[in-house]
Amino acid sequence: MVIEAPSRLRTETDQREILLSIRNLHVWYELRRFGFGIVGYVRAVDKVSFDLHRGEAIAVVGESGCGKSTLMKTILGLVKPREGNVIFEGKEIANADSATLKWYRSQVGYIQQDPYGALPPFMSVRRILEEPLIIAAIRNGKERLERIHRVMEEVKLYPVEDFLGKFPHMLSGGQQQRVVIARAMILNPKLIVADEPVSMLDASVRVEILKLLRGLQESHNLSFIYITHDLSTVKYFSERIFVMYAGKLVEQSPIGELLKNPLHPYTHALLSATSDPDARNALSFREVPPGEPPSLVKPPPGCRFHPRCAQMIQGLCEIEEPPEFTPAADHRVACWLHKP
Amino acid sequence: MRSENGRLLRVENLVMYFATLRGPVQAVDGVDFELGVNRAVVILGESGCGKSSLAKAILRLLPRNIAKYSGRVYLHGRDVMQLSDEEFRQSIRWVEMSLVPQAAMNALNPVLRVGDQVAEPAIIHMGMSKAEALEAARTMFQRVGVAEDFLNRYPFELSGGMRQRVALAMALVTMPSLVILDEPTSALDLLTQANIFNTLKRIKKELGTSFILITHDIATSSELADDVAVMYAGQIVETGEAKDFFPDPLHPYSKMLMASVPRLRADQDPQFITGQPPSLISPPSGCRFAERCPARFEKCAEEPPVIERDGRKVRCWLYA
Ligand SMILES: Nc1ncnc2c1ncn2[C@@H]1O[C@H](COP(=O)(O)OP(=O)(O)O)[C@@H](O)[C@H]1O
Ligand SMILES: Nc1ncnc2c1ncn2[C@@H]1O[C@H](COP(=O)(O)OP(=O)(O)O)[C@@H](O)[C@H]1O
Ligand code: SF4
Ligand code: SF4
Ligand SMILES: [Mg+2]
Ligand SMILES: [Mg+2]
Repeated sequence: MVIEAPSRLRTETDQREILLSIRNLHVWYELRRFGFGIVGYVRAVDKVSFDLHRGEAIAVVGESGCGKSTLMKTILGLVKPREGNVIFEGKEIANADSATLKWYRSQVGYIQQDPYGALPPFMSVRRILEEPLIIAAIRNGKERLERIHRVMEEVKLYPVEDFLGKFPHMLSGGQQQRVVIARAMILNPKLIVADEPVSMLDASVRVEILKLLRGLQESHNLSFIYITHDLSTVKYFSERIFVMYAGKLVEQSPIGELLKNPLHPYTHALLSATSDPDARNALSFREVPPGEPPSLVKPPPGCRFHPRCAQMIQGLCEIEEPPEFTPAADHRVACWLHKP
Repeated sequence: MRSENGRLLRVENLVMYFATLRGPVQAVDGVDFELGVNRAVVILGESGCGKSSLAKAILRLLPRNIAKYSGRVYLHGRDVMQLSDEEFRQSIRWVEMSLVPQAAMNALNPVLRVGDQVAEPAIIHMGMSKAEALEAARTMFQRVGVAEDFLNRYPFELSGGMRQRVALAMALVTMPSLVILDEPTSALDLLTQANIFNTLKRIKKELGTSFILITHDIATSSELADDVAVMYAGQIVETGEAKDFFPDPLHPYSKMLMASVPRLRADQDPQFITGQPPSLISPPSGCRFAERCPARFEKCAEEPPVIERDGRKVRCWLYA
């Protein structure tokens, strides 16, 4: 399998059909104190909008706590938004009835960060993979087994017979993650959400799993949302990249364009903090913004990045929230520096 | 006083095995390397290859099920393996060499103020009074980038990055010559990690400290490395200066490890290493990497010698 190099990545506006639309999404968690009721909100996702095309792979990057998992859980229908829409193939998911949700769950697959935690310890690989098929009312046992065989071969868990009877603890981390991937794929979904799928694995296994995912994405023309904090892997994996900071989407761009021409100061910071193995790195200090991401209970007014931003514009950035500007086709950024 | 021709540490044939029901785990099996004054060596290797065990062996932190422990550890030219446990505890551990253990930020005592925790080694190992030790802790907080008023806080009031800095301050408060960092930033976010590496570089420059940095994160390791040692299945398979190693690793395992690193600033397609490392209970005879090695040939059934070449060392028949 060939992984696309950044130079060949798509930069023109996408003509493919839209599979998933996120509109003005707000997801807040209630903070409760005993006897006082709701005392505040964690604004984990705040006013997020984007479109995902059929067959497109996007990456969402950002530091822990910025709301990546919350955004994905909302897309998966596991968390209800306070406001906004999740529209999949034209159907509203955020407040759907149970029949629609059941259909929707068969259309999306979920790959978690921690493969061991994601797999029920007392189920064999066969049972783990058979369960979604039973829920999807595939009554013919022979057909179920055929589909299990097919998906296990696709994720390269072969010889299949050797793995069917195994339990999760008998597998290596990489093999466990292949089972999780097989489970996510078994109902032939249109969309896969992978939340830090390789961050718990050893470096040598990481690349193998990422290549497997990329291969599946291409051969099935899947839409794919890849969540990561590791910028060095995104170009091997996705066409567009979304940068999140403190519950906000601060930049969206095709990956090649973003690597060449990052616009948001936070994106800049992420790129310049990413090391490639090079002995010269030890000779100089890296430019890193000071401080840490803010609390999402009382985020800073104006631009949420302003307390750490070296380019902050006094009298503007700390007062008014920057809207999304579009300085180039397909390239959006929420930062006052890019006001036309 | 500090050196033997600029050399701080020399480890020779260090061995540490653990007893288990299935037989001894040969976690550290004949390790040799050296480290100069005010230099940093990174020990690279996949999980389970024995990196943390090597740190413990150097610091003589022995678990109960120790089965074999031998070799030489020269510090400033003196073999500290010859010291009694009491002498080692009094004059070496913390005083000369300290450790920031793996997941240190989660190992702080939850019910003690972090300032008191940082002061404690200075009281116990340097004989400082409580007031002197708190003053030393205050100075060290500044060096590692924690605000002074955090001295009075409890661990749960600090972010992960701040707790990791506190653990670093604790290892530095006794002003040791050598600090061993075991996966110091692997649980932290990118910007926090980069900030901490800036701090480590500054400390190395300002205090003259030497470091052993243990990690599986090859890209980040280059932020501090003067020298590199690659570990595989309990053994060091290659050592050399970072400037030689990163552009041109010699050992087949090192080459494959380097090729597996995704790069932000280059287009090369990362490769993976098929297969798994051997069991440390019954490692294969001959080269331990042979099963996964694309360059394997007949010779490799015998234990490979360590070959020296332009100041670099590699344990592989290809270079014999
Ligand atoms: N169930 C929950 N209740 C309250 N707060 C939560 C819950 N889940 C996540 N959060 C908070 O929401 C914010 C975003 O979390 P998360 O979506 O997990 O971020 P990420 O995946 O980027 O690390 C964090 O501040 C987190 O503490
Ligand atoms: N006290 C112990 N008893 C038995 N086996 C151990 C003990 N400590 C570590 N090991 C084993 O020794 C090997 C090396 O472990 P470790 O030094 O922690 O590796 P690393 O730090 O490179 O991941 C592993 O197989 C591990 O399971
Ligand atoms: S809006 Fe202002 S504070 Fe925010 S990133 Fe842009 S320049 Fe910095
Ligand atoms: S000694 Fe042989 S098997 Fe081992 S790394 Fe060298 S060439 Fe490969
Ligand atoms: Mg998450
Ligand atoms: Mg370890």
